[in-house]
Amino acid sequence: MDVIQLSDWLLNIAFLLYVFSTIMFVLALTGKRWGKRSPQEHEERFGKIAYYIAVVGFLAQACYIVTRWIAAGRSPTSNMFEFMAFMDFCIILAYLVIYRIYRLTVLGAFVIPLGIIMLAYAYVFPQEVTPLIPSLQSYWLKIHVTTAALGEGILAVGFAAGLMYLVRTINQERRSKSTTWLEIVLAVVLMLIGFIVMDTSFAHSNQKTVFELPTQAQNNMGQMVNQQVVYTMPAIVAPKDAKLIQAGPMQPLFEAPGWMQGKDAARKLNTMIWSILSGLILYGVLRLLLRKRIGAALQPSLSNVDPELIDEISYRAIAIGYPVFTLGALVFAMIWASEAWGRFWGWDPKETWALIVWLFYSAYLHLRLSRGWVGTKSAWMSVIGFVIILITLVVVNLVIVGLHSYAGV
Amino acid sequence: MDDRKCECGHTNPVGTMLCESCGKPLDSRQQLTAETAKEFPDMRYEGMARRSQTYSKTVIDKIWNFFSSVKIAIYLIIITLIASAVGTIFPQQQYIPVPVYTEPEIENFYTSTYGTLGKIYYLLGFHNLYSSWWFVTLLVMIGTSLVICSLDRIIPLYKALNKPRLNQHESFLKGQKIYGSMELQEDKHDLFPRAAEELKKKGYRIYQEGNSLMGEKARFSRWGPYVNHIGLIIFLLGVLLRNLPGFYMNEYVWVREGQTVAISGTPYYIKNEQYTTEYWKEDEMPEKLDLQGGVIPKSYQTDAVLYVNKNKSLPGAEPDLQEVARGPIVVNHPLEYEDLLVYQSGVQEMQLGALNFQLIDTKAGNTPVGSVKLDLFETKPEQQVADGIKVRVLDYYPDFFLDASGKPATKTNVPNNPMFALEITSDKEPVKEKLVYLRGSIITEKQDQRYTLQIVKPDLIDISGLLVRKDKAMPIIYFGAFIVILGLVMGFYWQHRRIWLQRNGDTLHLAAHTNKNWFGIRKEVDHLVEKLELVMLIEQKKK
Ligand code: HEM
Repeated sequence: MDVIQLSDWLLNIAFLLYVFSTIMFVLALTGKRWGKRSPQEHEERFGKIAYYIAVVGFLAQACYIVTRWIAAGRSPTSNMFEFMAFMDFCIILAYLVIYRIYRLTVLGAFVIPLGIIMLAYAYVFPQEVTPLIPSLQSYWLKIHVTTAALGEGILAVGFAAGLMYLVRTINQERRSKSTTWLEIVLAVVLMLIGFIVMDTSFAHSNQKTVFELPTQAQNNMGQMVNQQVVYTMPAIVAPKDAKLIQAGPMQPLFEAPGWMQGKDAARKLNTMIWSILSGLILYGVLRLLLRKRIGAALQPSLSNVDPELIDEISYRAIAIGYPVFTLGALVFAMIWASEAWGRFWGWDPKETWALIVWLFYSAYLHLRLSRGWVGTKSAWMSVIGFVIILITLVVVNLVIVGLHSYAGV
Repeated sequence: MDDRKCECGHTNPVGTMLCESCGKPLDSRQQLTAETAKEFPDMRYEGMARRSQTYSKTVIDKIWNFFSSVKIAIYLIIITLIASAVGTIFPQQQYIPVPVYTEPEIENFYTSTYGTLGKIYYLLGFHNLYSSWWFVTLLVMIGTSLVICSLDRIIPLYKALNKPRLNQHESFLKGQKIYGSMELQEDKHDLFPRAAEELKKKGYRIYQEGNSLMGEKARFSRWGPYVNHIGLIIFLLGVLLRNLPGFYMNEYVWVREGQTVAISGTPYYIKNEQYTTEYWKEDEMPEKLDLQGGVIPKSYQTDAVLYVNKNKSLPGAEPDLQEVARGPIVVNHPLEYEDLLVYQSGVQEMQLGALNFQLIDTKAGNTPVGSVKLDLFETKPEQQVADGIKVRVLDYYPDFFLDASGKPATKTNVPNNPMFALEITSDKEPVKEKLVYLRGSIITEKQDQRYTLQIVKPDLIDISGLLVRKDKAMPIIYFGAFIVILGLVMGFYWQHRRIWLQRNGDTLHLAAHTNKNWFGIRKEVDHLVEKLELVMLIEQKKK
């Protein structure tokens, strides 16, 4: 077995361990009335087990990073797969640190699944070890990307705690604006899961749909030929004015609007539609099974938790993550941009979105400090903040193309 | 009654919320008891008077109050955030993928690519959003706000923090978020020394006066936000400075292999000795990749020489070039000379450098007579091909097209579509023949010319795009960024914590305050209570 294979296996093991850890966390919260033990003892015991499984998973993932680094001869932070996997590592790391401070078992029940989703999302991207293109050949690559990912990982824990706060405190007796928004947030999480499931299941089936575009590009032989787009997912939406040259499992229902530019725009729209659809289906199934709002179903498991403590954890995570993010995503990014491109700031979409994230969390801190936005308002801000991070990672990378975009889906 | 005069006898400046001397809330309407303690004034500025809270009469006061308000700061931040996001909906003009030179071309790009939305985007000026007057104004307003809010608060905070708050009024202690009290049964003489001991172990500094003890730690962290705001001010100043002449220079030059070009606005010249692109070889890659015939670049490199023109100050003199620096320029490793930096920034590979021909004598059985090279950049007006045979360039259009009146002209100086009109003369016989080269073919003037040209492989060259930059504001910008980080670390990784123990008669009061991390200070208070064996219920007020 070569080193790359070994590192792949280590990551798979980490993934499985995180899944086990989540199961243990769920048991810790739901199985309180089992057996002879007191509910508190039960939660503590299973929480500990879950925590230690997560630690072992974390170690496995650390070994993945080391082995992949050795095999690649460069830091494993150079394409979208590696970056997402690394960010997942940072989320778990931030969780372990915050857990050591506050010792709150249920925190893991929210953070570890978030980590699993991030890691699963990483698997959507090509996993090969790619050599570095010239602009990435700088030690600032590792410094900038790792610090930025660490900052985002810590902010993600702030999000998980903020979400917990909302699940814990929103009044579920009646339907309200708050319950609806909470359901929307949970549905978006399910859409991300839906996307991952759809993408992985179709990646291995041979159900490709191929379109020929009216636009031309040079092929490897230097000839001008019509561009082709390959869909792995069934085509709901076809590129504008394209010719179907290999039919997939279904006929496209409509064409993408003309202003969606770029060879892959329609395919991305198609992927987006499938993600939303599958997320909504997942949501519907869950609603039918639970027979109540998902927020309402989750609430009882948090009934023992002091809301002020979760509020403080969320804030603390953001307070710890914000300087790290500033350093990694802005300061180091500027230094590197200055070395690589001769300018420290160029309003490239990726740079701009890092600034947006930063401005948003600055607003959060000012609101919290000076206007007394604590509790619910602050929790919503932490959720929105993470949504902006996701936009930066997902939408900007995949939809808006800039200098930074790694190879996309 | 004069609000400013506290019952302890101290006269406070207008606007003070907590008596500077004894800490009693000063608002006479607020007779604080334990029950109304929720309305205890905010501890953020220690109840100190701030200018913005005190004066609001003149225009200057109003402007001052506007910019010192955190609410306004938050609005400014949010507006900047939204504006920045709007700027990423469509590409900014500098990132348009096709070359555009004129306003109509730019407008056309947005309209034809993005439809009506694109047109609106263009008309609103969002294609140059980040350099628009209103966006720059926003940044300047944030800067102004940062300066004024810092001035508004630094002095009051300094005054408040520099004087330990000892011997405080009971209502000050009761007003704190963490508070507890107990009746002391026996006279515990060693209570304060033991408390001091315990607190010292946790890193607290001890202040003591009569029946009052305070442990304080990490006071400096209260300065974190101010340090970070000052860093931001320095950073923004650095950015503004770049607009002054001499601080910032940015030139883009295209240099052909073998060419030396002047860098405008400087005494420097740069020569491209050789340009190379390297690609990753298959055996260098850690994993076999299916690139579908494509390649992955490994390095873009220009071997360059930097010269300085010694005669720069003599108008009209021939340049006298002296080498000052030499070396490879690759991405991420610019060539440095004093404060000048030269970056590898672009390349046009395999561009036509020169056309090559064989001169053919049709009268002598189509035998080649000699070779002709037409350099597309430095065209020689005349060249000797063989004994007595010359080729003259009559006309050269690098980027040929027929203009509106049907006359030949050139679109640009770039040899995208070179057209030559040539004349061939021979001494031996009076031959004077003309021909034209265009789009890969030769057009002769007469049907049966004696001499003609046969096209052979052209010279292909690489043109390297180099970015020449001078940025004297960079150290200021980096310094500002460093101060920002320093302030953030001070403010977030340490927290100002104070624990008070005070004896009023038989009652022992314990109160604690921190600007952040109540969880942390609560643990320390509980630890203290346990170590001192105090029978005391600590209440932690909800917000
Ligand atoms: C992009 C610009 C800004 C950034 C990144 C920024 C950042 C920060 C940070 C990180 C803190 C510390 C918050 C905390 O400790 O929780 C802070 C506090 C503060 N900021 Fe800003 N700030 C900015 C602009 C402003 C402006 C324009 C004002 C002007 C009113 C302002 C006023 C304040 C005040 C009054 C505090 C509280 C200071 C204290 O604790 O005594 N900030 N700021």
